[in-house]
Amino acid sequence: MFLNIENLHAQVEDKTILKGINLRVNPGEVHAIMGPNGSGKSTLSSVLAGREDYEVNAGEIRFLDHDLLEMDADERAQQGVFLAFQYPVEIPGVSNKLFMHTALNAKRAAEGLPALDMFDFEQLALEKMKRLEMSPIMLERSVNVGFSGGEKKRNDIFQMAMLEPKLCIMDETDSGLDIDALRIVANGVNALRSNERSFIVVTHYQRLLDHIKPDFVHVLYDGKIIKSGGFELAQELEERGYDHLIQAYEKV
Amino acid sequence: MQTTQYEEINDILAKNQHYKEGFHTQTLVETFAKGLNEDVVKAISAKKNEPQWMLDFRLKAFRHWQTMPEPHWAKAEYEPIDYQDYSYYSAPECGSCATDGQAESGSAVDPEVAKAFAALGVPIDDSDANIAVDAIFDSVSVSTTKRDQLEKLGIIFCSFSEAVQDHPELVQRYLGSVVPYHDNFFAALNSAVASDGTFVFIPEGVRCPIDLSTYFRINEAKTGQFERTILIAEKGSYISYIEGCSAPIRDTYQLHAAVVEVIVHEDAEVKYSTVQNWYPGDEDCQGGILNFVTKRGVCEGRNAKLSWTQAETGSAITWKYPSCILKGDNSIGEFYSVALTNRRQQADTGTKMIHIGKNTRSTIISKGLSAGKSDNTYRGLVKILPGAEGARNFTQCDSMLIGNQCGAHTFPYIEVQNPTAQVEHEATTSRIGEDQLFYCQQRGISEQDAISMIVNGFCKEVFKELPLEFAQEAEELLAISLEGSVG
Ligand SMILES: Nc1ncnc2c1ncn2[C@@H]1O[C@H](COP(=O)(O)OP(=O)(O)O)[C@@H](O)[C@H]1O
Ligand SMILES: [Mg+2]
Repeated sequence: MFLNIENLHAQVEDKTILKGINLRVNPGEVHAIMGPNGSGKSTLSSVLAGREDYEVNAGEIRFLDHDLLEMDADERAQQGVFLAFQYPVEIPGVSNKLFMHTALNAKRAAEGLPALDMFDFEQLALEKMKRLEMSPIMLERSVNVGFSGGEKKRNDIFQMAMLEPKLCIMDETDSGLDIDALRIVANGVNALRSNERSFIVVTHYQRLLDHIKPDFVHVLYDGKIIKSGGFELAQELEERGYDHLIQAYEKV
Repeated sequence: MQTTQYEEINDILAKNQHYKEGFHTQTLVETFAKGLNEDVVKAISAKKNEPQWMLDFRLKAFRHWQTMPEPHWAKAEYEPIDYQDYSYYSAPECGSCATDGQAESGSAVDPEVAKAFAALGVPIDDSDANIAVDAIFDSVSVSTTKRDQLEKLGIIFCSFSEAVQDHPELVQRYLGSVVPYHDNFFAALNSAVASDGTFVFIPEGVRCPIDLSTYFRINEAKTGQFERTILIAEKGSYISYIEGCSAPIRDTYQLHAAVVEVIVHEDAEVKYSTVQNWYPGDEDCQGGILNFVTKRGVCEGRNAKLSWTQAETGSAITWKYPSCILKGDNSIGEFYSVALTNRRQQADTGTKMIHIGKNTRSTIISKGLSAGKSDNTYRGLVKILPGAEGARNFTQCDSMLIGNQCGAHTFPYIEVQNPTAQVEHEATTSRIGEDQLFYCQQRGISEQDAISMIVNGFCKEVFKELPLEFAQEAEELLAISLEGSVG
């Protein structure tokens, strides 16, 4: 079992947002999650990553051998859960280099590997940045401070490439990207695809999916998955929107 | 039931198991009975075999102090102090530590006291340390290292008590010249009961090749420490001077009222660094050091330069404004400060830059960090006098809040009396947010590491001004002060 979400209910401040999510992800699969604003996509991503503001009141998440809900966010990250944020956070005064070096070595320590020294780290980081067409000076700048929207998203994908997670959750990584940036990000994601690594890609648009080619597409509405299908479902949504699905769902 | 997002951070910060300097040394001590009156002042002076002029200075200050009200204007609030409930003199009893025949090497130091300094990592045994140390234990200096080496360069580095005996002309000339005995309540108290302190004199044209330092240790309960430090840099000289300090964990307040006077002559430069780690008290506001300090320097001559750098992590209450009087034309004053408050600590700190000479320049970089239920205040004055043609000041005051029950306050006072002056002020306040911590944790970084990484990033600009080992120490102190749960 890679990832199995069963009957997941979650609330924030007395408001129930997730109302029974079931989702099973096998190794190497790419799942797209689509759905109107406010349907709970970011909430699902945050609950998977271990954000504490959300209270899980029912359901279960198994990830590999772990009961994911029993683990702290940093533990989950060390075990290979990665979230590319809808809004990456700025950390003034902390360089990207220090940040990623600390993060990478925390993960290596959890895996019983020796720490990477600054030289090896930098070499690795520069290689990954080159693929994402990021300038080396980005390593010296404070995490996301003064970055454009596109640069922030690219920085998140860079972090993903560095940490080589097992489960990559991407929350609207494509929003706010121009066509070139979208291509670069998509290439970065495709370079990471493998039989062992799975993706959950939250998006509103088909254009990212055209590059990434998901195996499954799910529509999230009002805290539930109301329809699942293949790549063709994304094309259908692009043409017809969500309304007909929602109407059909609400009649039932 | 409303859980606040900061509860856990506050929880982590509330604990204080990590004040590793909190041990207590047991040795034979001579401690005066509690209480303060003219006889106590005379007894302190007699204990130190002081000349009449020194006793006169003390008595004048004491009589003036009695007429002054205890100040309560700072943002830091404290109960009126019962000055009769403190002892004003305490010293290890071993004969060799007495001030008249001070030991030249650490070997004659009370072994328990030597152990305490060893545990604190203070090199009082004169080993290969790349630094000279004056070690002060309660009211007396117990060891001053590397004196012979320094003497060859004409540098005087000794305890204040010794300076009174051996260099009376210098002490008489400079004592009270920058901070007069009547300057403020705590300066007056210090002038009356000054216990010991450090005296430094760098002769003309000498660059002191090593850092000089003083380590202050308060050990006895209910004892005040009132050190007096005088530092004189003659024309064209250079000195980097460092202070460190700590105290045992006690459940009652301990009083620390120091006065520091720095005199910088033409073309000389003084870097004065402080890493202040006095016991801060516990989460219920029990105990801790009341740290009321007057530090002031004067740039007497042209091109004189004085830099104050401080990392303040300790004390229950800190009340401290290291200041520069920029008299000499083209003289420079700098103030770099990191002040961290946690639990119920209160810090009211800042600087005064008084521009008198032409083209004088000052820079103020202040980083205030508040956590727990603490309050952190920056209070600064930039004053440009009419004669200070072309004077310039740059001030940057940044505050960071960690959690949601703490406070940060900024009171910048600016008085410009010369139209050619340029004064710039920038201020920011930010909060370490749940978002930032989650971002770090999502990348595998623990919450503790995330907090200290963010905090150190915030303080970087100031720490780079500290001598290297002390910058490291300051970083560690910050991490420890914010910690308290792990390890
Ligand atoms: N911290 C929060 N406090 C209150 N309501 C929230 C919070 N986070 C999300 N919500 C609400 O939960 C719903 C789902 O939000 P979200 O998961 O961000 O949706 P999506 O990502 O699909 O746009 C929205 O109605 C949103 O307003
Ligand atoms: Mg969202």
